[in-house]
Amino acid sequence: MLLSLEDATVRFGGRAVLDAVGLDVAEHEVVCVLGPSGSGKSTLLRAVSGLQPLDAGRVLLDDRDQAGVPAHKRGVGLMFQDHQLFPQRDVAGNVAFGLRMHGASRSEQQERVRELLDLVGLPGAERRAVGALSGGEQQRVALARALAPRPRLLMLDEPLGQLDRSLRERLVVELRELFGRLGTTVLAVTHDQGEAFALADRVVVMRDGRIAQSGTPLEVWQRPADEFVARFLGFENVVEGTVAGEAADTPWGKVPVPEDAPQGTRGLLVRPAGVRLVPADEGLRCTVAARTFKATHVAVHLQPEDAPRLEAACALREAPEVGDLVGVEFDAAEIVVLG
Amino acid sequence: MDVTRTEVATRPSGARARRGNAARLGLLAVPVAFFALFFAWPVAAIVARGLRVDGVWRLGRIADVVTQSDIRHVLWFTTWQALASTALTLLVALPGAYVFARLDFPGRQVLRAVVTVPFVLPTVVVGTAFLALVGRGGLLDEVWGVRLDTTVWAILLAHVFFNYAVVVRTVGGLWAQLDPRQEEAARMLGASPLRAWRRVTLPALAPAVAAAALMVFLFTFTSFGVVQILGGPTFSTLEVEIYRQTSEIFDLSTAAVLTIVQFVAVGAILAVHAWTVRRRESALRLVDASVTARRPRGAGQWALLAGVLATVAVLLLLPLAVLVQRSLDAPDFRYYRALTGDAGDTFLVPPIDAIGNSLQYALAATAIAVVIGALAAAALARRDAGRLVRGFDALLMLPLGVSAVTVGFGFLIALDKPPLDLRQSWILVPLAQALVGVPFVVRTMLPVLRAVDARLREAAAVLGASPWRVWREVDLPLVRRALLVAAGFAFAVSLGEFGATVFIARPDNPTLPVAVARLLGRPGDLNYGQAMALSTILMVVCAVALLVLERLRTDRTGEF
Repeated sequence: MLLSLEDATVRFGGRAVLDAVGLDVAEHEVVCVLGPSGSGKSTLLRAVSGLQPLDAGRVLLDDRDQAGVPAHKRGVGLMFQDHQLFPQRDVAGNVAFGLRMHGASRSEQQERVRELLDLVGLPGAERRAVGALSGGEQQRVALARALAPRPRLLMLDEPLGQLDRSLRERLVVELRELFGRLGTTVLAVTHDQGEAFALADRVVVMRDGRIAQSGTPLEVWQRPADEFVARFLGFENVVEGTVAGEAADTPWGKVPVPEDAPQGTRGLLVRPAGVRLVPADEGLRCTVAARTFKATHVAVHLQPEDAPRLEAACALREAPEVGDLVGVEFDAAEIVVLG
Repeated sequence: MDVTRTEVATRPSGARARRGNAARLGLLAVPVAFFALFFAWPVAAIVARGLRVDGVWRLGRIADVVTQSDIRHVLWFTTWQALASTALTLLVALPGAYVFARLDFPGRQVLRAVVTVPFVLPTVVVGTAFLALVGRGGLLDEVWGVRLDTTVWAILLAHVFFNYAVVVRTVGGLWAQLDPRQEEAARMLGASPLRAWRRVTLPALAPAVAAAALMVFLFTFTSFGVVQILGGPTFSTLEVEIYRQTSEIFDLSTAAVLTIVQFVAVGAILAVHAWTVRRRESALRLVDASVTARRPRGAGQWALLAGVLATVAVLLLLPLAVLVQRSLDAPDFRYYRALTGDAGDTFLVPPIDAIGNSLQYALAATAIAVVIGALAAAALARRDAGRLVRGFDALLMLPLGVSAVTVGFGFLIALDKPPLDLRQSWILVPLAQALVGVPFVVRTMLPVLRAVDARLREAAAVLGASPWRVWREVDLPLVRRALLVAAGFAFAVSLGEFGATVFIARPDNPTLPVAVARLLGRPGDLNYGQAMALSTILMVVCAVALLVLERLRTDRTGEF
């Protein structure tokens, strides 16, 4: 393994910000840590880079324990959330900084800076002042600076956090292509699920300093490990139910579940697409409480009598009006029994 | 913003904190040794000289001295003139703080720099300028036959002249950064303009006003040069009395007791000041100062602007103009030419030599102050500085507040015998001046060093820079300008330093301020004119130094 964390623990005051985290990153892998604010994502990166000493556990790079190795000798790259470009240096000065620290000759530096600025799509920007760059350009310079000394592991802290949406979507594709082409090993953290799913080979969801789930984007999306992960991914239809055979007892009545579902009292996730609307005299009776337009579909919020709200995804033409009475049936294929 | 991030930035865990502390203590070693040797030791010597009689400690000496009627009179005068000066300064300068902070008018930047000039002018120059304005044969005397140098008004006006910039800078600096939208929000909720100001702006400003008032009180309480020149035989502050006891009555024991009294009073004032500064750090919504100023609107604002400009002209510019005019008030630059000649019994050397002496001393003092101050600032800059280190921060400010006379007197009685006999060494004067200059260096460097984002350093470390390399590549380029400004301040302060220098400068090596004071102490037009000429030279050097610094200074560069 290129990077291994073994029971990595960091405490601030009495609180564990990283709580016995174990994580492996293989060479050429792109891993994205996903989690809400305060879940310990940034601390994880700082612990790996050597900026934050561990209170317990180990960080290994290429199977070597990094305890006592200072940040500047670990050979990892870190791109900061707000870039932290050096304001008193121009673009070339920023990109060449790591090369100078590693004793590269002037001509090597020039060569590599030109190469990297081409790579990130800013050819000829060497002499520009960093203060005069747009947010997207700063992001590219920060990336070039982090890549320049050829770190064995590149870490990105909310790499696209401060950019506007359309730029973010474009850059995520560019980054994915770039890392694939260079074969870079990447450990990124973000709170944006779209970013994580688009960028990563593997997604690691964190909660309160612990790892809640780890898997490919598809696995995590299809089978959230627990209620926290499901809700963090944006699913609202989560209730507790008792699974028996191929059905579960829930506040919404009997709900069909997939064949191989684990039995007993468990969390149940119903994807909005699995909530089918039928005439009001069939299935669960609900009142339409609200509807929000979501571009590809309409999210319809349904209020059953004596049960939690349900969210349903409807085609634009079929969506009922607020106040309408409808019936609801469930689709077993869109239902997940949580761990 | 990620919640964990802020915590991460402020709380290193155990092992690293200890390593950081060790490095800091290393940085602090030199400044601590400097202060122990040249501040703590002289102060200890003063205490021993004042309170030890025939080898026995007698605290009763303090009561004995302060109950003498003439000393009681001095104490009373010192206190009430400081209170009166403070009130008068606030009255005159607060409108100025508003105008410079919130009104936009042509020449505002230049004028802001100009009103700061008096603050760095040597006290001796200020005294001389007011003598030229309101003294015997001064401008008022000639025009209306009015003389103020026999009244307390000359001292009070000179104090306002001196401290105008303190209020404009401290209060106006904050005022310019207060978000106007706070007041606008109050207006939208139904408050009248006056009410919005009283309820929103005034409470936000109050700690800054208090801090400025305390600073002015401190400066005027320890006023020496101004009172020495304008006070005549009638008015005497504690500082002047300490000097008189030392150099005229040769009662070192009484002088020492008075110094202790002053030391305690100043310590109390500084403690209150530190408290108000901490309150000032409370969370306020601050914005960029350049966006809050508006063109004046309405008769009220125009009148205020006119009033402030007139005040600046009469109170700040006129005395300096009169000083220059007096120095030229003889044919063929006679006063200036006389400086090069033999001045008879006043000096052992021509007065012009004082310029060379002053420059040499000031350069040496600047070098010392910058090294000591920069080391101290580097150690203090870390956000995780422990209580011990913060305590040292307060200690560094002491020489500034405790007054130059204490420093000079302390040097006089502590450094004149082995193991440390510096009486004959030229370095004595620069050392004293550096002691006064260090607080300026620290105060200028500290905010800039603290403003360097810790994550910039981390970015450099992750890119492979060792701690020493990080300092050289990240910190140094960012603070180079502040270092220059700090050096400039230290130079200007050293150049004009009078209170300490007058105790220890050797008769054959006077500095400019000492030479001016000596010339004023002699009768005759020629001496008077030469004092004016020397003062003018000193004023020009200091003003030019300040205006150059003003161009170098960025908004974040320091508190002075």
